[in-house]
Amino acid sequence: MPARVRPLSPHLEVYRWQIGNTLSILHRFTGLALALGLVALSYWLICLAGGEEAYGGAMRIFASPPGLMFLIGWTFSFLYHLLNGMRHLLWDAGYGFERTQRHVSGWIAVLGAVGLTACIWLVIWRGLQP
Amino acid sequence: MSLRSPLSRVLGLGSAKDGTGHWWAERVTSVALIPLTLWFFFSLLLLPGLDYGTARAWLALPISSFLAVLSIGVLTFHAYLGTTTVIEDYVHAAGMKVLSLMLLRFVHVLVGGAGIFAVLRVAFGSSAS
Repeated sequence: MPARVRPLSPHLEVYRWQIGNTLSILHRFTGLALALGLVALSYWLICLAGGEEAYGGAMRIFASPPGLMFLIGWTFSFLYHLLNGMRHLLWDAGYGFERTQRHVSGWIAVLGAVGLTACIWLVIWRGLQP
Repeated sequence: MSLRSPLSRVLGLGSAKDGTGHWWAERVTSVALIPLTLWFFFSLLLLPGLDYGTARAWLALPISSFLAVLSIGVLTFHAYLGTTTVIEDYVHAAGMKVLSLMLLRFVHVLVGGAGIFAVLRVAFGSSAS
């Protein structure tokens, strides 16, 4: 008898979109982005170890428009994954399950990450002005 | 009557075979990464510039290279645990699953190893220039 084909795991389509599942999915996406960012970090370190010429090449890539977009996305991913990760750790410790607490902590994670990313890049951008 | 073998009952591991090991390792690495990544992130951000000389002088400090090696090691392990879960969740074809899990492990060891090796090269000063 052939085995019945059943959905095995997270079947996302059954959820109504709301803050809880949206932030959970965003946590996973930012995690994947950060795993890619780790490749970029290793590349930067390899070029730093490789000498001035290699380092200059890497810095030109990071300073190009796609490179800057990547770095801004990386900053947001890092801050969001960090803040939302702490939210997950608090849940694991048994705190913050009430509806209001969940919503407030969720908004803190998103808005905190967006706000901090904006502040950091504003400071960097002003530092780059002559 | 239980269908589980006496050995499996003694080990206390469920059908996933490794009990809560993966879940717990994710938590331990994430707690360790809070100070480590904040240190890495803000150290780079607070440098007066990111030119070759400044960046190298910073990374060559013993405290910087030591913490950078720890950060990359724990980051790589945490990234490996996380991406493994994604593959287990969404890649269902048996052959493809084994292949991608193996490839994932290779890539993480490669990327983490290369990053750590680069930090050590700067720390011990064997540069090309």
